[in-house]
Amino acid sequence: MLKVSNLNVYYGVIHALKGISFNVPEGKIITLIGSNGAGKSSTLKAIAGLVNTKGSIKFLGGEIAGSKAHLVSKKGIAKVPEGRKVFANLTVLENLRMGGFNRDRNTLEKGYNEVFNIFPVLKERAKQLAGTLSGGEQQMLALGRAMMSEPALLMLDEPSLGLAPKIVSEVFDIIKELNRKGMTILLVEQNAAQALKISDYGYVLENGKITLEDKASNLIVNEQVRKSYLGEM
Amino acid sequence: MNFSEVIQQLVNGISLGSLYGLVAIGYTMVYGVLRLINFAHGDIMMVGTYMAFFGVSAFLLPWWASFIFAMVLAALLGVVIDKVAYKPLRSASRISSLITAIGVSFLLENLFLVLFGGVPKAFPIPKLFAGSLNIGGVILPFVSIFAPVLGIVFLLILLQLLHHTKYGMAMRALSLDIETTRIMGVNVDAVISLVFAIGSALAAAGGILWSLKYPSINPLMGILPGLKAFAAAVLGGIGDVTGAAIGGFIIGVSEILIVAIFPELAGYKDAFAFLLLILVLLFKPTGIMGKDLGGRF
Repeated sequence: MLKVSNLNVYYGVIHALKGISFNVPEGKIITLIGSNGAGKSSTLKAIAGLVNTKGSIKFLGGEIAGSKAHLVSKKGIAKVPEGRKVFANLTVLENLRMGGFNRDRNTLEKGYNEVFNIFPVLKERAKQLAGTLSGGEQQMLALGRAMMSEPALLMLDEPSLGLAPKIVSEVFDIIKELNRKGMTILLVEQNAAQALKISDYGYVLENGKITLEDKASNLIVNEQVRKSYLGEM
Repeated sequence: MNFSEVIQQLVNGISLGSLYGLVAIGYTMVYGVLRLINFAHGDIMMVGTYMAFFGVSAFLLPWWASFIFAMVLAALLGVVIDKVAYKPLRSASRISSLITAIGVSFLLENLFLVLFGGVPKAFPIPKLFAGSLNIGGVILPFVSIFAPVLGIVFLLILLQLLHHTKYGMAMRALSLDIETTRIMGVNVDAVISLVFAIGSALAAAGGILWSLKYPSINPLMGILPGLKAFAAAVLGGIGDVTGAAIGGFIIGVSEILIVAIFPELAGYKDAFAFLLLILVLLFKPTGIMGKDLGGRF
């Protein structure tokens, strides 16, 4: 579904992504793991059209590298940004409306209901300003907001960041559930153990390069991954 | 002062204040989305007024058509200024945009000085606005009734747009976080253009009403009302459109009342808005309506 080849990102003189290539097949959960600054977030930003890139990004057969962010969104890629980034000055319902900005007006109601089915707490808080929600609720809102655009590919940047452990497993359960219903997911996580558990395939990013790739079940038992990312001695 | 004098001064103040308010709304909206003080805003008001002048005197349009023509051209000018001068600096430091805004302001003032000279021109006043009502000794010039009514109507339309339409919602989202608004599929550049268009059209409306009140126009006429409108926007809480309108009314009314109560201070009339600005910055930097949420509108 998504095929990234030889992708480069530069921030001024800094070469953040040094020609990475990977695939996200339809219906799968693919994870990029790596430490802080390895280039995980840059990869998602590059796909979303938020930074200048070199290289090719093919989505559903068409080239999207160099497309503007709002056009990438219209093509069916949604992103849950790092740190959730809900619109604190808008209500919960307005946040969902923002997520479905380009969606046909007549199907909005259906979209809200789908989100409220998965996250009943958002329905209770529909009229509240998003800034008044707890961290976990904001993460659910960020997920719901991304779902509102009916994306073909959902990208998640550090969904577990800053959440209590109990909420983290809830969030991962929901991601797994979305995938089971057919959503293709590209996940970026520092919490490698949790991420690999729900993923089909994984890539390890180090200093802007992919150094290892394998089935997630193999990566979990990989010596190098265990040492570097799963905190085992 | 007797009662009718007080009412008279209040009427004068409110009508002046609504002009400041109309101009202040543009300042506050642009600041809200871009965190940019558009110092060329007062000059856009001047250009709008000149366009209305030419509409009536050169193109012989009826006054209402010429006012709409002027608002449309001002809107276009605002959009073009943003595209040419500010957009290339979107990711540069904020001070670069600020200095550019001052440069655009000088450019417009001097361009109009070169093109049309510094001699003030008499703004043609349509018959409809020339008269006045006399109610129990209080004289209500038609302009003084029309200005606040129009100001409030524009404010209500704008609030409706901001809170009950998809693009208004995008403006509010944008004021908090441009990048996240982009990934929602919003064409952010188009929304920013819309903000400049609305703000500039309202500035033109303010300038036209200003000229109906003080019917002498010149290329530097935008400077002082522009700066006072900026003071009004800060007083109201920069980024908040209702606050900008309230700030405008407060500055207009207090400016008129100060002079009415202390005629010997008349020479300091123009300094008063800036005294208020300094006091706000010292004691309540977020202004009357300003909330420190990070987001605006």
